Amino acid sequence: MPALADVQVGTALPEQTFPVTRHTLVLYAGASGDSNVIHWNERIAKAVGLPDVIAHGMLTMAEAARVVTDWAGDPGRVESYGVRFSRPVVVPDDDAGATLVVSGVVEELLDGGRVRVVLTATSGEQKVLARANAVVRLG
Amino acid sequence: MPIDRAFVGRAYPASTPYEVGREHVRSFADAIGDPNPLYRDREAAQAAGHPDVVAPPTFLTVLTNRFGGEGPIADPGLGLDYALVVHGEQHFALHRPVHVGDVLSSTVTVADVKDVGRNESMTLLTEVTDAGGAPVATLTTTIVSSGTAAPKTEA
Repeated sequence: MPALADVQVGTALPEQTFPVTRHTLVLYAGASGDSNVIHWNERIAKAVGLPDVIAHGMLTMAEAARVVTDWAGDPGRVESYGVRFSRPVVVPDDDAGATLVVSGVVEELLDGGRVRVVLTATSGEQKVLARANAVVRLG
Repeated sequence: MPIDRAFVGRAYPASTPYEVGREHVRSFADAIGDPNPLYRDREAAQAAGHPDVVAPPTFLTVLTNRFGGEGPIADPGLGLDYALVVHGEQHFALHRPVHVGDVLSSTVTVADVKDVGRNESMTLLTEVTDAGGAPVATLTTTIVSSGTAAPKTEA
């Protein structure tokens, strides 16, 4: 965990890259209980107008959170976390899948040793989350 | 068909409590590719000051899926066509960390329904409490129903 005294507005959190393959989606569907077919059935995904199978928004949200929880050390220190799903993560049926790149920066110092972090998440150079931010307690 | 605005304020308590299981937290952490020992190792979690293994910040989404079939989205009276729905926004207010062994009660309330252009937006609040009735988390879920807004009359 970073020392609170070392954290300022503008402090960057280490960027992370997450591969998202069809295998990832199958695991997440099972673990989360979200069995929506657009996350595993290309035929139906295309029938409803999507370019291909897309990742669960909640999977993207969970992976993006890791930039905060790895930085804070203890995930129990996250007090709030919110995102808007601005664009789907399209996951092709190949070994590479999609790539999610997430970075974060401290936007605000709050009372009680807490800070607000703003996250940026992109896949294929396009932002997939908007207004992604978390409040984490460092002190 | 527009969403029935009369449902705003309606509450849907989960029919049973939800017990946070050790293997479920582990498999959820595996699925999101996160090797954090606090999601798996009780001793590591206790060394960090927790009573038991910690659940990831978005873990409570499993409640939404577990009880979705008895909530507003599945209520035939609401008039929602799930095929037209996308997840717009999600927020977790975590009043305390979720731990293995927690027995959680939850109630979903339809907080708001409004037109956003040709679409409709519905906001659901899920209040999660522990076995003692103390608040654990508040989930705010906004879904978007594509093209279902009632036609506008010209002013």
